[in-house]
Amino acid sequence: MANGPKTGNSRVVKYNKWGYIFLIPFVLVYLVFQMIPLITTIYNSFFENYMSGLKQIGPNFIGLENYKEIVSNGDLINYTRNTLIMWVLGFVPQIFFSLLLGAWFSDQRLRVRCAGFFKTVIYLPNLIMAASFAMLFFTLFADSGPINTTLINWGVFSEPYKFLEHAAGSRGLVAFMNFLMWFGNTTILLMAGMMGIDGSLFEAAQVDGATSTQVFFRITLPLLRPILLYVMITSLIGGLQMFDVPQVLTNGKGNPARMSMTLIMYLNNHLYSKNFGMAGALSVFLFIITGILSLLVYRFSVRDNNADEVKKRSRNKA
Amino acid sequence: MKKKVLSTLLATAMVASLLAGCGSQAAAPAADAAAPAATEEAAPAEEAAPADEAPAEEAAPAGDEGKILNIYCWNEEFKSRLTDHYPGYEEVDGTTGKIGDVEVKWNITPSENNAYQNNLDAALLKQADASADEKIDLFLVEADYALKYVDTDYTEAVSDFGLTDADLAEQYDYTKKIVTDSNGVLKGVSWQACPAIMFYNREIAKEVLGSDEADKVQEQVKDWAAFKATADKLKDAGYQACSSVNDTFRVYSNNVSSKWVDGDKINIDKNIENWVNDSKALVDAGEAGTHDLWSDDWSKGFFKDGKVFAYFGPAWFINFCMSCDQEGSVGIDGGWGATVGPQPFFWGGTWICGATGTDNATLVGDIMKTMTCNADVMKEIVQKDDDFANNKKAMAEMAASDYTSKVLGGINPLPMYMEGAEKIDLSNLSAYDQGCNESFQNSMKDYFLGNATYEEALDTFYKSVVEKYPELTY
Repeated sequence: MANGPKTGNSRVVKYNKWGYIFLIPFVLVYLVFQMIPLITTIYNSFFENYMSGLKQIGPNFIGLENYKEIVSNGDLINYTRNTLIMWVLGFVPQIFFSLLLGAWFSDQRLRVRCAGFFKTVIYLPNLIMAASFAMLFFTLFADSGPINTTLINWGVFSEPYKFLEHAAGSRGLVAFMNFLMWFGNTTILLMAGMMGIDGSLFEAAQVDGATSTQVFFRITLPLLRPILLYVMITSLIGGLQMFDVPQVLTNGKGNPARMSMTLIMYLNNHLYSKNFGMAGALSVFLFIITGILSLLVYRFSVRDNNADEVKKRSRNKA
Repeated sequence: MKKKVLSTLLATAMVASLLAGCGSQAAAPAADAAAPAATEEAAPAEEAAPADEAPAEEAAPAGDEGKILNIYCWNEEFKSRLTDHYPGYEEVDGTTGKIGDVEVKWNITPSENNAYQNNLDAALLKQADASADEKIDLFLVEADYALKYVDTDYTEAVSDFGLTDADLAEQYDYTKKIVTDSNGVLKGVSWQACPAIMFYNREIAKEVLGSDEADKVQEQVKDWAAFKATADKLKDAGYQACSSVNDTFRVYSNNVSSKWVDGDKINIDKNIENWVNDSKALVDAGEAGTHDLWSDDWSKGFFKDGKVFAYFGPAWFINFCMSCDQEGSVGIDGGWGATVGPQPFFWGGTWICGATGTDNATLVGDIMKTMTCNADVMKEIVQKDDDFANNKKAMAEMAASDYTSKVLGGINPLPMYMEGAEKIDLSNLSAYDQGCNESFQNSMKDYFLGNATYEEALDTFYKSVVEKYPELTY
């Protein structure tokens, strides 16, 4: 008798075991490629460790010196600001157009023709390597490039506008390229979210005589919140790690006056001398900044969500 | 039916191209795989080698040496020199060649953003553990950072490669000083000497300055004040004095009286400050641009509608930068003149270093000897490439001969170079020059364009140098 429940238990344990076995590949990959590098990065950040010419200096343990250095020279704030400015400049039009296109494509009444074709086309820029895309823009917007030549021919400018030598021009171009590259991807994500919304809600709204603007703001947007949150956070993390586009566009210099230098480009500068200590410390800062910002976005969205639900409930009661 | 035929055709084409792609890719690893075997024993390598790798052992200069010669450099210059002037060198494709049965592997990485040195450093640090065929045999260095490599054990003395003092007697002293380590051992050789001059566009000189004769032009650019006055005149006529202020940078930076780094403190020489002030004036007046060297915008002036009066450079500049073989370029029908310019200076130069641990010592030695000591080859280089070769006697002979440069409108520039080469003073070089020069030009661009004050630009310069060389202070 005593054996009965035990066999039952062990059967459960047996099934659980498979769960763990299936998790092994992920955990292994995570440990080897994420966890260990993460820990060694933090470990390295406490050392003076770089190459002077062909001579290795260090590693010497120097405690928090690297962190102090980064905080004291004030660059971190500058480059964080640059990164965020370029991210916001790109993200705002990106989310706007993605919502608009997503709403159009998923609208049952509109029945956009050749939706498949357009979905493919808007996704295409993402397939080009960021570096080649940046190189293309670099050539297009060069002082004697086709854009300047055309604008001068049309009489818009009397002499070439140095796009990459003005903060607005160079940041704007980076933001524009990021927007072009990523709005297709975001559209697809948001569309998936919109198509997941129960169709009967839209029908009910129609029956009630809601305009499409009302439907969008009162039904689509609130129900899309989880996907929007996902898009926001992934885009934020991607944005903070912005590197390839500005790096190639400005040739690693962050023209003008380092006003388009992002955090990761700054990190990359330290690799000139293989300065793993400073680069490590900077990575830790980056990790903290990303964590805080992601948490902020998450908290705001979740709180809003709850507030909305409370509102809805109270409205229902009324 | 038509559709079917078309689709079959397309499919065949696709499969064929796929196979073709596979073919060339598969061949490369096979050759690689065959290579390590070759060093251990020659016989099995022949069995392993694919059919197209013909065994031609008898042609090798030294049968017991490695079968692969690895050369590290940053552009095509040395490759074309070797192709044109080294007897027995055959080009196989873009990155490989053949000397006898030795395969020459070119590892070309551009210098921009230190990529060349990073790549070279990584390879050199692994040199001791690398297999014989992977080891770097020969690499090139520039004056800006020669010290970094020469003063280490990663380079071997040229005497170890069989070059004697007699072989090197005719080379310019400065080309030897640059690559002599702190113990007085010569670690590299160069085929060129790089005294630099001012190249001016003859058409523009005639139109604005009234004459394209070197003496008359020199009179109008004899110092920086005169240069500025001429720049004003050029501006009124719709021309730029020089393409970019970075063109004149080397002229100033080679005439400094102190090094970039003093102890471990970054130092800005008075003459570098002069460059900043003069350049700011040129840029503000619209008489020169701020393009990066080698950029498309910068090279516009090499063509007839470029409207650029002058470029500053040494002899290699003609062959390597001026696109003189292209239709519509100024140089194709001898449109350039040459004169000393405001200040004599030198720029760059490429040295051949033999890497410690090479398994092709004889071949490396022979390349060094042929390319840098053989007077006939030196003369050939001058004839073919408009370069200025590193051999006093041969150059003196050619200077006195009826040699003329086609690009330079039929003048013989060699006497001018010879005079400049004797004046080159290298006492103010440091191991940090490349990083400092690059960062300085880059940061000052913001000042010239009004994006930053001089102090801010200087601050960016310091920051960028300390990022590159963390041991320095300012």
